[in-house]
Amino acid sequence: MPELSCHASMMTTSKGTSPRQDLTKGFWRENPVLIHLLGLCPTLAVTNSVANSIVMGIATFFVLVSSSLFVSTVRRWVPNEIRIATYILIIATFVTVAEFALQALVPDIYKALGPFVALIVVNCIILGRQEAFAGKNPAGRSVLDAVGMGGGFMIALLIMGSVREVLGSGTFLGVSLFGPRYEPWVIFVLPPGGFFTLAFVLLTIAWWKERQAARVKAAEPHGLAAAERAA
Amino acid sequence: MNDGDATRVTAEVPAPAQEPAEVSASRLLATLGLGGAVAGVLLVIAFGVTLPKIEANRAHARHLAVQEVLKAPERYDTLYLVNGALTKKVPDGTDPKKLEQVYLGYGANGRPVGFAVVAAEPGFQDTIRLIFGYDLKTKQLLGMKVLESKETPGLGDKIEKDPAFVAQFAGAEAPLVGVKKGKRAKPTEVDMITGATISSRTVIRTINNALVRLGPALDAYQAEK
Amino acid sequence: MGDLVWIFFSSMVVNNFTLMLFLGLCPFLGVSGKIDTALRMGAANTFVLVMTSLAVWVLNSFILTYTPYLRLIAFIIVIASLVQIVEMVIKKLSPALFRALGIYLPLITTNCAILALAIFQTNRNYTLAEGLVFAVGSGAGLSLALVLMASIRESIELADVPAVAKGTALVLFIAGGLSLAFMGFAGLLSSS
Repeated sequence: MPELSCHASMMTTSKGTSPRQDLTKGFWRENPVLIHLLGLCPTLAVTNSVANSIVMGIATFFVLVSSSLFVSTVRRWVPNEIRIATYILIIATFVTVAEFALQALVPDIYKALGPFVALIVVNCIILGRQEAFAGKNPAGRSVLDAVGMGGGFMIALLIMGSVREVLGSGTFLGVSLFGPRYEPWVIFVLPPGGFFTLAFVLLTIAWWKERQAARVKAAEPHGLAAAERAA
Repeated sequence: MNDGDATRVTAEVPAPAQEPAEVSASRLLATLGLGGAVAGVLLVIAFGVTLPKIEANRAHARHLAVQEVLKAPERYDTLYLVNGALTKKVPDGTDPKKLEQVYLGYGANGRPVGFAVVAAEPGFQDTIRLIFGYDLKTKQLLGMKVLESKETPGLGDKIEKDPAFVAQFAGAEAPLVGVKKGKRAKPTEVDMITGATISSRTVIRTINNALVRLGPALDAYQAEK
Repeated sequence: MGDLVWIFFSSMVVNNFTLMLFLGLCPFLGVSGKIDTALRMGAANTFVLVMTSLAVWVLNSFILTYTPYLRLIAFIIVIASLVQIVEMVIKKLSPALFRALGIYLPLITTNCAILALAIFQTNRNYTLAEGLVFAVGSGAGLSLALVLMASIRESIELADVPAVAKGTALVLFIAGGLSLAFMGFAGLLSSS
């Protein structure tokens, strides 16, 4: 249960991580969506096409990096009592800016994304990173952290979007892959498909992790036996 | 939210000087106020910069839709529904965006081509919004375009994606009657989409209801000309 | 009146916030282990939704017409404050309930369903009555989804689930099944 509150991100407060690790940990090892299970609402809602996924990923990336930059810059002047309120104010400002930008530049995709651009404000990933990292670390490292997490979010969205669009519409970025005779698996662009796709992705990751763990375990006994023999 | 820095294992009780000094309420308010002010300024700028483009996008989309359902008129007037009557002039003090708009298209010869009406009603999944062109003299539709719909992909969304379904509205006579696919015999009949009866019926019902509701106003305006 | 009925059923089942619109997933995936907790969470959410609808209507009608660009900030501030107030009220009126709901209450702030309600209500220009019915309907829908999920999860607690599928993956599969079932509600009130 604690895993699904914004506070879960706090588990990755990185004391002693190098700047490079700050950047790369968000991509896979601590992927905010696939490992920490945060920001699931947009991950399921907007991934019925790759184009929507990309735009959403960019919007969230922009908000996350801008917020982290701002928060880490002003962190010393913000009293502890009102830090959450300040974070939310900063995040909401950047989300509003992102909304205006999308409405002006890509009105069709903005319409397809619906309320989910505005909902970036309550995306736990963003608030979580401010609380866990940007509020306590200098601007440079906070930006790296934000880029990593934003990138990880984008990766998760792309995985989901690709599977759902290819199977559910037979297209990728609008380009038909299988020709007109292909009867698409429509369920994948519908709500149940979102749930099923994410379930399968998590299942695959869990399976892959288990195989890794098994491989590591298989390598051990030889080492132990050799150590015992040497003793 | 402690950092866990208390690794100093001394016999004495660690001094509570770690606690930050009480921050005054006025300082809290001042910081929030300043933050709010900065945010406000940023937003006003962003709003100002993007508003023209956003309005232009919206107007362009509406323009394209009107052109499509009135079959490319030479020009069109935007009319506002005020107290049950159509008028070109917006009464003083009223926000035009809050009024229902109807468009009257004119052909190259200066004669009216038809009215474009926007209407919306609940469909299968959610509300369907559409625009249609209507020639008052012949009582025929000129065209229909779905503006917003969340109908089922592959079935209900054919009301916008199936060119044959959309095309049959041009020349159809009101009031419309839906019939099974392939059975269309009269100009008042419209072939419905197989497997999407409710979505099809909603489109038909929306148009019929709109014409019943606006009919008198359209007649009155046309009669003035 | 028919409009209100349509809004209620549309928000409760046809376009269920959780199972069809993907809103409010955090509590749905995290809190739905026990029917009892699910019910309480649903009730708390519904209450906050109704209060939010009211506040949003006031904001939209009187204040935000002058400053539309402050909409999002205003909404999120109102929601956060409302949740804080609800927490204080519950603490005062029923300490037992407060202990039971405990950690879940602050979660309501980041529940995207609340903010989504504010946005939908604004975009669709709902009147006061329509907004309130919408709030009650979506709250009922959220609670329904939570309780359904909780009942299923309670039942399968002792089921033999493959290790790789345990946890959130399993909940998501169940959610997918529920969502599929709810798709059957589409067209429920079509007057055609």
